[in-house]
Amino acid sequence: MGLLDDAFLKSLWVFHLATGSCNNCDIEALDCLTPRHDIERFGMLLTGSIKHADVLLVTGAVNRQCIPRIKNIYEQMPKPRLVAAIGECALSRGIFIHSYNCPMPLDHVIPVDVYIPGCPPKPEAIIAGLVKLIERRKTNKLTEKV
Amino acid sequence: MIYLLYLLIFGFVFTATIGLFASWVDRKLTARIQYRVGPPLLQPLYDIMKLLRKETLIPGGADKLTFLSVPVVGLVSVIIVATILWVANLDPQQTFTGDVIVVMYLLLVPSISILIGGFASGNPLASLGASREMKLILSYELPFILVILVAVIQADFSTRLGDILMHQVDNGAIAFSWSGGLALLVGLVCAQAKMALVPFDIPEAETEIAHGVLIEYSGTALALYRLTKNMLLAALPLFFIVIFLGGLGGEGVQVLYGILKFLGIVALFTIIRNTNPRLRIDQVMKFFWGPMTLLAIVAVLLALGDL
Repeated sequence: MGLLDDAFLKSLWVFHLATGSCNNCDIEALDCLTPRHDIERFGMLLTGSIKHADVLLVTGAVNRQCIPRIKNIYEQMPKPRLVAAIGECALSRGIFIHSYNCPMPLDHVIPVDVYIPGCPPKPEAIIAGLVKLIERRKTNKLTEKV
Repeated sequence: MIYLLYLLIFGFVFTATIGLFASWVDRKLTARIQYRVGPPLLQPLYDIMKLLRKETLIPGGADKLTFLSVPVVGLVSVIIVATILWVANLDPQQTFTGDVIVVMYLLLVPSISILIGGFASGNPLASLGASREMKLILSYELPFILVILVAVIQADFSTRLGDILMHQVDNGAIAFSWSGGLALLVGLVCAQAKMALVPFDIPEAETEIAHGVLIEYSGTALALYRLTKNMLLAALPLFFIVIFLGGLGGEGVQVLYGILKFLGIVALFTIIRNTNPRLRIDQVMKFFWGPMTLLAIVAVLLALGDL
């Protein structure tokens, strides 16, 4: 845990990726930026480019069309990188679990660091999940070490 | 030796510190305007430190040398500008003839470096952003030069920053004359476009072209760009303070006035940024080549008529 690693946890930039979600989780994720929750207090910003991102925020049941694209996006992220799965669909495919179009949950496609359940999860739950992510990162229990 | 000291201590360390602080003021004020709490004081520093630690990716179609070298060029030019401005502030006698012109040229280099970096990255969105950046430079540069001309005319046609400052020490700040006030107004709008802040953030429009010119930059290269931007947020207000508002002041209560001038200009940039929507590139060209150039020409004529 050097000074630079400390800076990483205090300035997580988030890239938001919807993989065929119903948009409910996306709206809740955007709520974190609003004045009521104000996630910029913790230095988190929403970025438009995957090359600037530290956290990949994935929502939605991962469908066949999206799987190669998720892999592509994940590989374009500069290391160190973290992945947060948001909502029941990204975690376990939710009501689409028997669908022909959703062959596997997200963590079979890319490594996931934090799971935030809910349909959709509240903004408070998302913030709590990201705080847990930071705590875990501090104790170095993550899937991908730098 | 003394120049090296100025270059390192004032040009880089001091300006970077002030720039990071100004960037925090900008973000905090934005948050307060939106009824949010906003980031902590060291947030811009954390951002830079984090980016320095991250992997720097080079896209497959990019020209590696150009892609990685232009951020350094932009940063160095801002450092030199800041050095010249600090020398003018601290020791007006040491400035050289024509340094206003040098500053004017070097202030253009960060924009051009971003433009070249965008084209070198080989990304279609970055090319789109770079072409917009080029049009933006063409739009604001004409009124910006006219604005600087006003200060030069007022200081009896001297192109030395030292002379402009000494003139203001004797006769009061140029901004308090009719021509100076008008020129400062136009100059601040041009500076807003130079830093690509919101009404003129067309080259980096996040929602349309996903950061445009910066889309392929990551890690250290992006950190250099962010540092350049933050330092511009210190250097440009400093430039206007030197040529229009009578410098930062020497001792005692004068220093306090200097800090107030600086914070005032930064706050003005932020308020303009938060209360205006993004313009289209054709609207920006019309705006700068129409009303702004006209106002700048009026200011030059007034300055020629000693007003």
